[in-house]
Amino acid sequence: MIELINLCRTYRMGSEDVHALNEVTLQIDQGEHIAVVGPSGSGKSTLLNILGCLDRPTSGSYRFSGREVADIGEVELSLLRQRWIGFVFQFFHLLPRLDAVGNVEVPMIFSGVGREERRQRAQRALESVGLKHRFKHRPEELSGGERQRVAIARSVVMSPRLLLADEPTGNLDRHSAEEIMELIERMNAEGLTLIVVTHDPTVAKRAGRIIRLEDGRVAEGGADVRPQI
Amino acid sequence: MRVLDLIRFAIGALVGHRLRTVLSVAGVSVGIAAVIALTALGEGARRYVTGEFEALGANILIVIPGRVETTGAMPFGGVTHDLTLEDVRAMRGRLRNVLRVAPLAMGTETVRFGGLSRSLPVVGTTSDFREVRRVTMGSGSFLPEGDMDQGGNQVVLGTKAAEELFGSGNPLGQAVRIGEWRFRVIGVMAPRGRGLGFDFDDLVIIPVKTNLAMFNKTTLFRVFVEVDGADAMRAAEHELEGLMEERHRVKDVTVIAQDSVVQSFSSILGAMTLALAGIASVSLAVAGIGIMNVMLVSVSERRTEIGLLRALGAGKRQILIVFLVEAVMLSGIGGLLGLGIGLAAVAAFVEIYPAFPAVPPLWAIVTATVMSLGVGAVFGVLPARDAVRLDPVQALARR
Repeated sequence: MIELINLCRTYRMGSEDVHALNEVTLQIDQGEHIAVVGPSGSGKSTLLNILGCLDRPTSGSYRFSGREVADIGEVELSLLRQRWIGFVFQFFHLLPRLDAVGNVEVPMIFSGVGREERRQRAQRALESVGLKHRFKHRPEELSGGERQRVAIARSVVMSPRLLLADEPTGNLDRHSAEEIMELIERMNAEGLTLIVVTHDPTVAKRAGRIIRLEDGRVAEGGADVRPQI
Repeated sequence: MRVLDLIRFAIGALVGHRLRTVLSVAGVSVGIAAVIALTALGEGARRYVTGEFEALGANILIVIPGRVETTGAMPFGGVTHDLTLEDVRAMRGRLRNVLRVAPLAMGTETVRFGGLSRSLPVVGTTSDFREVRRVTMGSGSFLPEGDMDQGGNQVVLGTKAAEELFGSGNPLGQAVRIGEWRFRVIGVMAPRGRGLGFDFDDLVIIPVKTNLAMFNKTTLFRVFVEVDGADAMRAAEHELEGLMEERHRVKDVTVIAQDSVVQSFSSILGAMTLALAGIASVSLAVAGIGIMNVMLVSVSERRTEIGLLRALGAGKRQILIVFLVEAVMLSGIGGLLGLGIGLAAVAAFVEIYPAFPAVPPLWAIVTATVMSLGVGAVFGVLPARDAVRLDPVQALARR
């Protein structure tokens, strides 16, 4: 489903070029569970942003479902994110003014889903993450684990094919982290491709494949050195 | 994305940031209220003045002895002829399109009744004055029709003059003394108030011939000529000037068309209203800049939200629309509120000063409303573009 070939992402910091990603070649299949690990500054987040079409590579190729992302225009790219890709963040990024249902409704507002359908789908999504009793709660009234579950409900409510999680358990206690991982792994088992960026070795170990980045290069787990399962 | 959902989303954001919403709404509403209130005052002034003039009668030419000219000395040694009753007779007889001609002589004399006395303007005129100057009677009748050379001892009192001299008693038929002359009260005018320095309530009116004799004058103070219809005004004015030049052998009277005076006053005050609206608009512009600041702060405060919305698949155009709608709603709500406050202020003003017809002109209401929306749209563009330009990656990276 995802194919990166010699992908580079270069930032300009003052007079120096920083290679956040350097000649990355990767292949990820539909339904995989992948952990991306590596020290801080190794390019994990940059990789995730490029995979999520929030950022564009400086050079190299990124194919999503067979299409070259560089050729996709701004408007269609938004639609791609809307329909195909879900995001989960370390800091949840819920809108504090909206209750749980309202937060889950947000992506549907921008894709033009009707009001009644929005509410039903949001409630169903919240039920599936075990928050049936928290529909009307605002983020400040929820625990960290519950907030992340709302965020997960929001990320999957559009039925994406790819879920990108950036340190999803980084801000949670061990117990909640366990629950969250179980939740997204269940979705992975139903066919959702899951890519988790993490520092946490126990989280990484749960993945089917670990991609280790070092200095913007794939040190382990890339397509070329992929272990046969 | 549906428009209603968009508006609901914007409302959610506005309600979610109550303080800044209230502040910017207050800014716009003060601006709009100022526009409404100031234009209402300007329009009130215009209506008041033109109303004053119009109450004096329409299609009136005013003949004043002497020539108002900037060229300097009068020809033939500057002799000015009297404006006489003979001239009035000639105007009546020889001018076309003239309905009535009312002479006016003025003087001041002590008016006495019983033990009370009062120094009052004594106006001398004829029965035509009633129509020409739209005099309404409170009781009794105005000067009788008849030959203006006959004079007479009838007197018509202004309402205040009657009150001062007679108190609650009935003045009709009573004898009063004006100077050394005896008069009989035949009527009292209805209250009218002050009009152009002429207090109709506090004067007495007697036949013109008697007035001239009393003050030992030959010249009239004014002659009012009522023309038949506005279309005939220009021709009549021309004809009147020709007649006076022929009779006096020199241009020694000034003819003023009252309507042109009204018109110039009206346009001056109209311009003043516009100027007031302009001044008030400055406060509206200030409010607009306030909205811009609030929205800019809002954009930088909500960087994460914008990044999030982009990650969730909101397009740049949708983000632009969300922030523009927010700005327009801020100013729109402020505009409606300001409209209410402005109208209430005007209503309160009219309650306190009922004589002053302060009404916000329709154009001001419409422009103010449109402007309030425009302010949001114009000053919302910059912050909205900021929001769109935000790099979602950086926006999300920040906590």
